[in-house]
Amino acid sequence: MQTATIAQQIRSFIQESFLFGQTDNLRDGDSFLESGIIDSTGILQLMAFLQDTYGVRVEDEEAIPDNLDSIDRIVVYLRRKSDSAEGGAGSGRI
Amino acid sequence: MTSASPLANLLRIDPARETDRIVAGIRDIVFHGLKRQGAVVGVSGGIDSSVVAFLCARALGPERVLALFTPEADSSPDSLRLGRMVAESLGVRSVLEDISHILEAARCYERRDGAIRLVVPEYGAGYKCKIVLPNLLDADRYAIFYVVVQTPGGQTRRVRLSAAAYLGIVAATNFKQRARKMMEYHYADLLQYSVAGTPNRLEYDQGFFVKNGDGAADFKPIAHLYKSQVFQLAAHLGVPDEIQRRPPTTDTYSLEQSQEEFYFSLPLEKMDLCLYGKDNGIPATDLSAAVDLGVQQIERIYRMIDSRRKMAHYLHAAPMLLE
Repeated sequence: MQTATIAQQIRSFIQESFLFGQTDNLRDGDSFLESGIIDSTGILQLMAFLQDTYGVRVEDEEAIPDNLDSIDRIVVYLRRKSDSAEGGAGSGRI
Repeated sequence: MTSASPLANLLRIDPARETDRIVAGIRDIVFHGLKRQGAVVGVSGGIDSSVVAFLCARALGPERVLALFTPEADSSPDSLRLGRMVAESLGVRSVLEDISHILEAARCYERRDGAIRLVVPEYGAGYKCKIVLPNLLDADRYAIFYVVVQTPGGQTRRVRLSAAAYLGIVAATNFKQRARKMMEYHYADLLQYSVAGTPNRLEYDQGFFVKNGDGAADFKPIAHLYKSQVFQLAAHLGVPDEIQRRPPTTDTYSLEQSQEEFYFSLPLEKMDLCLYGKDNGIPATDLSAAVDLGVQQIERIYRMIDSRRKMAHYLHAAPMLLE
């Protein structure tokens, strides 16, 4: 899947789930925490979305802002997970 | 905490003066502001509700205070025993209302257990549980809750909650605080009393309460006091020693759960100083020695305080009207 497509899917999820139509100001590098877009419950919903959409389970040690705090970071994280799955036995949907 | 640090002394108050000030305020609010004849205090056997009961008895007279005990199936037996100790030492009337049957009728326990089974399918009769946060001080982590379950055989397991499980557990257990408040207002209606809220500053500021549950009250006489200041008042007022020594607990889950484990993930005396530091613009570098924490840890706490405040906005919001 193209990086731009993944970014767009994540953006759509965040717009629908947390921004309720206020879509103009979210940039791919914006921190969800600093902008107050997603709280800790929202992160749980985001992780469920990643699992349902891409088959990626976010492990406990991976549930950190470095991996999930912006659209850009999530894309990088998903790519890394996909690469490690291809190197092993897993087959992602990315 | 380094008690020799000048910053550690910032939260010292003159308990006699503060007591006088609060007592005068309660009297004014209850009798003149609200025009009620006394106060109902939900007494849990913890330090905060005990101090509020002592303050109300001093302000209104013991004959105008009702101590209400509302244990339920998961309450520690200590809560009722210590609550009775407060009422007896004050000479106030008390009423015991076991709310377990209300909670059963609302399917509180059934709904909670169903939510837990979303992540621990074998959870059932004889199991105990609590929810906890990971350590948020030593790394940038999300405040994501885990459920700790204990089997009837005593084995424990810790599992990260999904969004549906977390929200299901919280929505179910919030029945407890709301049932308690419903009962407090029943007696307030019956006696023409007001309801005293018992949050301290940390709880009030950081949203450690249930909206329309323990967050509801007619007045909140210690919501401006840091936890360590509540302890200073307790000592001054003569709150029984056992209550002063009791570790704070939420008394909401069947496994023992400290408040810091549930919410602050930091010992409360340190959280006090961090909240003070945050509100008074004290740089993390200056606070570090006083709280015996690293600069990065304090900066994380400062960010956490901001984040909690954003989440607490909804909890504090009064019903919004459309003009």
